[in-house]
Amino acid sequence: MAPAALPMPDAFLLQAGYNATFVTLGSMFLGMAAGVTGTFLYLRKRSLISDALAHATLPGVGLAFLLMVALGGDGRSLPLLLAGAGLSALAGLLCVHLLSTRTRLPLDAAIGAVLSVSYGLGIVILTVIQALSAGRQAGLEGFLLGSAAGMLQSDALLIGFGGAAAALLVILFRRPLLLVAFDPGYAATCGVSPARTDLMLMVLVLAVTLTGLKVVGLILIVALLIIPPVAARLWSDRAGVVVAVAGGIGGAAGYGGAAASAMAPDLPTGAVIVLLAFAAFVISLLVGPVRGVIPQALRRARMRGHLDGAG
Amino acid sequence: MIPQRQIAPVASLTVPALSISGLSVAYDDTIVVGDVDARFMSGTMTAIIGPNGAGKSSLLKATLGIVPTLAGHVAFFGEPLDTVRNRVAYVPQRAGVDWDFPARVLDVVLMGLYGELGIFGRLRPSHEKRAMDCIARVGLTDFARRQIGALSGGQQQRVFLARALAQRADILLLDEPFAGVDAATEKALVQVLHALRGEGRAIVAVHHDLATVPAYFDHVLLLNRRCIAEGPVATAFTEKALAQTYGARGAAHA
Repeated sequence: MAPAALPMPDAFLLQAGYNATFVTLGSMFLGMAAGVTGTFLYLRKRSLISDALAHATLPGVGLAFLLMVALGGDGRSLPLLLAGAGLSALAGLLCVHLLSTRTRLPLDAAIGAVLSVSYGLGIVILTVIQALSAGRQAGLEGFLLGSAAGMLQSDALLIGFGGAAAALLVILFRRPLLLVAFDPGYAATCGVSPARTDLMLMVLVLAVTLTGLKVVGLILIVALLIIPPVAARLWSDRAGVVVAVAGGIGGAAGYGGAAASAMAPDLPTGAVIVLLAFAAFVISLLVGPVRGVIPQALRRARMRGHLDGAG
Repeated sequence: MIPQRQIAPVASLTVPALSISGLSVAYDDTIVVGDVDARFMSGTMTAIIGPNGAGKSSLLKATLGIVPTLAGHVAFFGEPLDTVRNRVAYVPQRAGVDWDFPARVLDVVLMGLYGELGIFGRLRPSHEKRAMDCIARVGLTDFARRQIGALSGGQQQRVFLARALAQRADILLLDEPFAGVDAATEKALVQVLHALRGEGRAIVAVHHDLATVPAYFDHVLLLNRRCIAEGPVATAFTEKALAQTYGARGAAHA
């Protein structure tokens, strides 16, 4: 079939140029990783921790920028910014862990406290940076809502490989992750340490969060970790299938969002990706074969038909 | 030359399937299990009984390393748990997990094979057949491909037993296996457990119904924070020991 047969915009067919192709494929792998990793987080009922984790990256991004500038750089090296983000996210995670295990504070309150305080701190640091650079845009705002436009090819490669690696690790370790998510006590008796498995899951979520920081942004990355699994759950009662469907939904949303922002660079990439994932959720809610509204109504109607037929 | 000594097989009747010595468990600053000594032999079925809060579940969980111990020593077949994990199966309380989890009965029973498969071992058709055999043994064949949330409480309890069977363990530790199941299911579960005992496996179960102890079990451990009595039902399950365990009033109603 000739490409012209479909009135499809070039970006969706990876025809919008070499760089845009890299960015689109990188976002797709990121979305897959988020869907796959997010499923285990969802099954472990820890989804919201990723929100604290994501917001806690912001102070690290700002501090890494300041440090680079102080050392004479331009502060734009993505790997170094992500290293800073990772360190401060780990600090945030540690705070949530300590607050929820060493004090009487429940987990949700600990998450809320760490999330808002780190975000506030990060915004203050960003404001300071803007005042310092006196008009010169540091470009750090992209980390809030994500911007695939203007991303370098090397950034896209980093994101694509990071996402693929995280997804691969999660799939390799699916058995211990599933065992701990379903029944941590039993897992412990099988020699699978729930504490170590949870830590591994958190590190993988951190990897996905950092990978997605530039594309989706730290405010919305949590949506990419939560929406695909919740949508996928409507399609199957088997964990393996839920993981695969969530990966597919996340990947499609990442692909579509990045392609859309290649065409319209003013669109916030993260927001488009999340809205696409949400559209997949709405469709799943309606037609998902296991728990979708329409299949359920049909099953009930058929049941009623059987009753009438019998009576 | 010194003649080589015969090494006793591990399953020998003289090595307890489980031996606990001086085991204590504490939550925060409260001791919930204090200095318990007990031995459980292969081919026996023991009830752990005692009032609410006596530390029955805690004893079981501490034995399995699910909750940390304050002091004491635990050995399965004369060895630490880490080296004989595949021979030890735990059947937790049904209420402890989310039954809305995306898994079918078969998937949960297959989890019993994860210890043997390791992380990278391939799941083969023979494994699935083994899981199906265990499902048949607890009478759930027709439900094997149902989502676990669609089962009744008694059926869910049987899923956990099937998962333990799939492990082919030599000792089963069950936390209130008969809680909230109907009489028919209870009977079916007891039959399976008795068959396992007949195969030479050790069964240890936290149990609540004093009336069924002599019919179901051959040994008892009476627990109220500390071990009150332990041994064969005939000698340890006495009025006096029950009075000590439950307090005089409780024993009168037992």
